[in-house]
Amino acid sequence: MKTARSMVLVSADPESIRRGSEKIYSTFQEELSQLGLQDEISLSWLSDSGRHNALPMVVIYPEAVIYGPITPEDVPYIVEEHLNKGRIASSLVAPIHELSGRIAWLSSRKGTLPAEKRIVLERAGIINPEDVQDYILHNGYKALGKVLITMNPLDVLNEVDASGLKGRGGAGFPTGQKWRFVSKATSNKKYVICNADESEPGTFKDRLVLEGDPHSIIEAMAIAGYAVGADEGYIYIRGEYALAQERMRLAISQAQELGLLGDNIFNSGFNFNIHVHSGAGAYICGEETALIESIEGKRGEPRSRPPYPTTNGLWKKPTLVNNVETLANIPAIIRKGASWYRSIGTPKSPGTKVYTILGNVNATGLIEVQMGITLREVITIYAHGMKGNSTFKLAQTGGSSGSIIPASLQDTPMDFESFNKAGVALGSGALLICNEDTCIVDLCKVLVNFFKNESCGKCNPCRIGNDRAYQILSNIAEGVGTMQDMKDLESIEMYLYQMSNCGLGQTAGTPIKDTLSHFRAEVEAHIKLKICPTGVCRMSGHKVN
Amino acid sequence: MIVLDADISVKVHKAVQDAIQKYGASDDELIPILIHINHDLGYLPSQALEELSVIFKKPKSKIFSVASFYGMLSTTPVGRHVIRFCESAPCHVVGGRVVFQALIDVLKINPGETSKDGKWTLLTTSCLGICAVGPAFIVDDDIYGNVAPAQVQTILARYE
Repeated sequence: MKTARSMVLVSADPESIRRGSEKIYSTFQEELSQLGLQDEISLSWLSDSGRHNALPMVVIYPEAVIYGPITPEDVPYIVEEHLNKGRIASSLVAPIHELSGRIAWLSSRKGTLPAEKRIVLERAGIINPEDVQDYILHNGYKALGKVLITMNPLDVLNEVDASGLKGRGGAGFPTGQKWRFVSKATSNKKYVICNADESEPGTFKDRLVLEGDPHSIIEAMAIAGYAVGADEGYIYIRGEYALAQERMRLAISQAQELGLLGDNIFNSGFNFNIHVHSGAGAYICGEETALIESIEGKRGEPRSRPPYPTTNGLWKKPTLVNNVETLANIPAIIRKGASWYRSIGTPKSPGTKVYTILGNVNATGLIEVQMGITLREVITIYAHGMKGNSTFKLAQTGGSSGSIIPASLQDTPMDFESFNKAGVALGSGALLICNEDTCIVDLCKVLVNFFKNESCGKCNPCRIGNDRAYQILSNIAEGVGTMQDMKDLESIEMYLYQMSNCGLGQTAGTPIKDTLSHFRAEVEAHIKLKICPTGVCRMSGHKVN
Repeated sequence: MIVLDADISVKVHKAVQDAIQKYGASDDELIPILIHINHDLGYLPSQALEELSVIFKKPKSKIFSVASFYGMLSTTPVGRHVIRFCESAPCHVVGGRVVFQALIDVLKINPGETSKDGKWTLLTTSCLGICAVGPAFIVDDDIYGNVAPAQVQTILARYE
């Protein structure tokens, strides 16, 4: 790769593209070539940076100055001032309160904002995701080389085991153990599947990895394939992520061209190929057996377990299914070693966690920090406080596997163990932060509505239970609830947990359970006093069903 | 078999053939094929499912059961433009409700309906993965984030 004195990165996430970043890019091209600077200054795309308050944006290195939001008309000025004359065009610099997430991490080098710890998103936002050379320059495919040349599969298993990495899909199952199960299964054919059907409400961490650093997933899947004895992989990307699918397909073809995928990789005799498989809009396909059914061209209905996918997975062959974030940790663990990984995070939950911060806060977006940070720290430091100085009421940790966390628990360290002890689930890492204007009944209704729509309908407790719970909550929100309704909700929650076939149904009752245990008084106000304390619910007095 | 207009029938046949050409008729490509046809035609007409059932050597009911399962596939005709509004919690708590009401007011149709002139179909969807810019919705393939109720009219005016 050529060296350049400056590097210009134009943001290329879907939101920026919609706001005309392609025009910005082409204007840069024109302006630079007009001044004859095209050989001195490299121009490339910047993947999703995680924060979306100042889009479209342009980052210029080595000064790490961020301009945004900008229009194509601003480009000549930036080129003239910054790139030609070497002065920072301060009028266009993104205001500090709009700089956070990935950008905060950039600025943290100058000591302006607290640092994040980036492993999973180490390269996302820095490299050009459509250029394999850029990935290789940033330590890319080093881990795969190390594994294939100096390690045998057992060494890899031991290393992953020793790192203490736990699955980041929500359940937190030890990754090394899962790999070992698949490794031990005897079969002439095994598969590795990357679960990129990221549909938990409020979660888009995997999209950033796929869009910003697609080669890291290819590298990790090949390492996993080598460790467990698989030679074929699938990446199941949800249908809504068109850009991620496109970048992944491109990355795979680049890797094939360079011999990093295909037959006899690095002359080691190891073969590995990857297919991209598109989802078609079904949350349940994030459940691993439903995902496998979907790849096989069927309805995405979860299978009964056991047998587990580790022995009877895709086409009945042993299959390893890992989440994107889990896999993205692998190359770094191999490169730097398990003990390095153990030094980050808490002893029982090593490593980092990517959180998406959403809701009534000043800065929404995505951060990657060490395991064990508290909710209060996230809100005050990374989210820049509550919007309009409102009061923090609760946080919802996202989707099926998450919980509703009341303000009283905001000092609990966010790692798998502490959360388990407090009876809350970390989930996928979405942190929906709500202020005092949020009505618990209304929120619970929205969450249950999600499960009602996304239940695959295979088993009765989930299909009927969620539907009934939604009716009851709607009635409470209309002011026609009864005290019996609360008891009914409790029993629905219990049956969902005890009798559902898969994780979706088993955890679908969590919002109901948390609502009734932490916010009982507010629900009772709706029923007994016919008042919605926040004024959100309609309380029309009409029964919905 | 439902007999369609000859032109439409040719179009459907072509869409099916194109998809098979692109992906090949193996089981693991059934869903990508359905997505492709749905994208081409706006929905999956009965004729397309019938042709696929012959190609895949599966009963039509099996193909239909797959087609009707997934949210991005439709087995009934839709309007020229399809709006998918995110109704998940992150968009809801930052003002999704009022934006959705604005959509209903402007379009004068209820969720799940198609307007009489066949221009719009309004659907709700689960999380689209662009939560940091909520409230969000999609019109066809275009994403709109940080939408305020007042912007709805302007956004919709862009579509013919």
